[in-house]
Amino acid sequence: MKKAKSDYAVSIVVYVFIIGFALICLIPFLLVLSSSFTDQASLNQNGYQLWPEVFSTAAYSMLFKSGTIVPAYGVTIFVTVVGTVLSMLVTCACAYALSCKSMYYRRALSMIIYFTMLFNGGLVPTYLWVTKYLHLSDSLWSLILPSLVNAWNLLLMRNFFNGIPEALSESARIDGANDMKILFKIILPVSLPGIATIGLFYALAYWNEWYKALLYIHTEWKYPLQYLIMQIQKNIQYVQQNAAQAGVVTDGLIPAETVQMATAIVTIGPIILLYPFLQKYFVQGLTVGSVKG
Amino acid sequence: MSITTAEKKAAAKRQKAADRKLRPTVWADMKRNPWLYGLCAPAVLFFLLFSYIPMAGLYIAFVDYRPMKGIWASDFVGFENFKAFFATDTWITVTGNTLFLNALFICFTTITSVIIAIMLSEMSSKWVKKITQSIVILPHFMSWTVVSMLSVAILASNGMVNQIITTFGANPVEFYNTPSVWPLVLVLLRIWQGAGFGSIVYLATITGIDSSIYEAAAVDGANRFQCITRITLPLLKNTIIMLTIMSVGKIFNGDFGMIYAMVGSNSILYPTTDVIDTYLFRQLLENPSMGQTAAVGLVQSVLGLLFVLLCNKVANKWSPESALF
Repeated sequence: MKKAKSDYAVSIVVYVFIIGFALICLIPFLLVLSSSFTDQASLNQNGYQLWPEVFSTAAYSMLFKSGTIVPAYGVTIFVTVVGTVLSMLVTCACAYALSCKSMYYRRALSMIIYFTMLFNGGLVPTYLWVTKYLHLSDSLWSLILPSLVNAWNLLLMRNFFNGIPEALSESARIDGANDMKILFKIILPVSLPGIATIGLFYALAYWNEWYKALLYIHTEWKYPLQYLIMQIQKNIQYVQQNAAQAGVVTDGLIPAETVQMATAIVTIGPIILLYPFLQKYFVQGLTVGSVKG
Repeated sequence: MSITTAEKKAAAKRQKAADRKLRPTVWADMKRNPWLYGLCAPAVLFFLLFSYIPMAGLYIAFVDYRPMKGIWASDFVGFENFKAFFATDTWITVTGNTLFLNALFICFTTITSVIIAIMLSEMSSKWVKKITQSIVILPHFMSWTVVSMLSVAILASNGMVNQIITTFGANPVEFYNTPSVWPLVLVLLRIWQGAGFGSIVYLATITGIDSSIYEAAAVDGANRFQCITRITLPLLKNTIIMLTIMSVGKIFNGDFGMIYAMVGSNSILYPTTDVIDTYLFRQLLENPSMGQTAAVGLVQSVLGLLFVLLCNKVANKWSPESALF
């Protein structure tokens, strides 16, 4: 069959559009990467460039000398690892129970969990409860516990488990295994793709968390990376404002913008490096079907 | 016919009554499945602690809260706390901004996501498709604090956009002092950050379409453009409606993460960017009356809930398979 002219036109439009959009997605990263390796004076003169005109690693050495980035890395890694493990344990346990037909009230329980996605107490009651009654203020646990279980992830995990043939757990039950054993020895090993997906969702959420630090954390060494970025941005603006008011020329003296860009690179580095390996799980995880209450 | 429907109804009724008799008490169900309820317990405790107790705490919106007395012992003042919010014009600005920005976000990200999905599905080269798909999803995994750094490099007075503008001889735009451009800036950022990720679900739907439909259309002489508009788009309709309803239901929830990270305390930009959530956060820091701040939050939550229920009703009417519950 002969291909129509319009079909080639469609192909051209498709490739131009998609490659164009992909470039737009990439350019900001390249811009930031290049400016983090640019000399501050050259950045002030030439603006942000896709290729450093005067190469410099001053921003990175200043960043690591400041002594705040290393503890922040530690906090973020702690919160991500501990948080993800705890979240997965609690989520998988509940999701498995909700997928078991022998539990009569599983639908009611699902509905109770689903409802929390539609309605919540909002900022003030949560803030008061966490700080005044649970006494989590300025504790690293305040970065983990309030977001320990995500209702959406839980119901998604339940859907994964629903797809596992019941015969599998039934035969183990006949052999005398209890539900705890069935979950850890039979169900979890066969649902690794689902665990990988949900685990990655949790890990990324913890890695990118800064809102809770903004609300609950007051001590500098407990800042997670994402919140540190925000503070650095604020401090630099403050110094520059003061210097401008005092009539001091700071151009090039403080590698302000380049340090900001270096911080951004250091923060997203691990995600970008792991991304090619993890990407297929995200796609898989989002296509397992919709969550219904 | 009428007899059979009446019979069916009666049978259903009898079935329901029988079910009710068979229904175990919660206690009996727990005794029968101790392990399962045990496995549920941590998650249930979590939702109780961090969702349901704060909900009960919304009572604070109806009292004159005094920290020394606690919520339950403070004086009940009825709807007094709500009046403060509606007394000023701020509520019109923040509610208007929230609805307007969210409506723009929903419109433009949905359209872009659908376009990206269709275009990816039309690509014949497997590896180009894979690489470009990975790249367009990537921005979704960046937190808004990082995105706000990236956008400094683009929007600053010596940033990329202004360099391009000045090479064409126009005057540079001071983005961080110009509130009027921010709805556009935020929409573009939203598309940049979320459209690629949003396309995953649509692409999955397109991949699930029976390829024999396209083959039949090709035999009938349809070209590719016709295949897209007559087959792909109509078959995407349900997914689009479902996802749109889900996001419309959340239209009262301003994107705090995005707007606080991008705008922060730059009050010059408030007229076009201040949403209910950023306003609430400022009130929490500045307003000594916790009750008034909670009242605003309660109005937002209740409106949000009503809106979700409404949207779900509409969905049930239009295309039941795309309803949430």
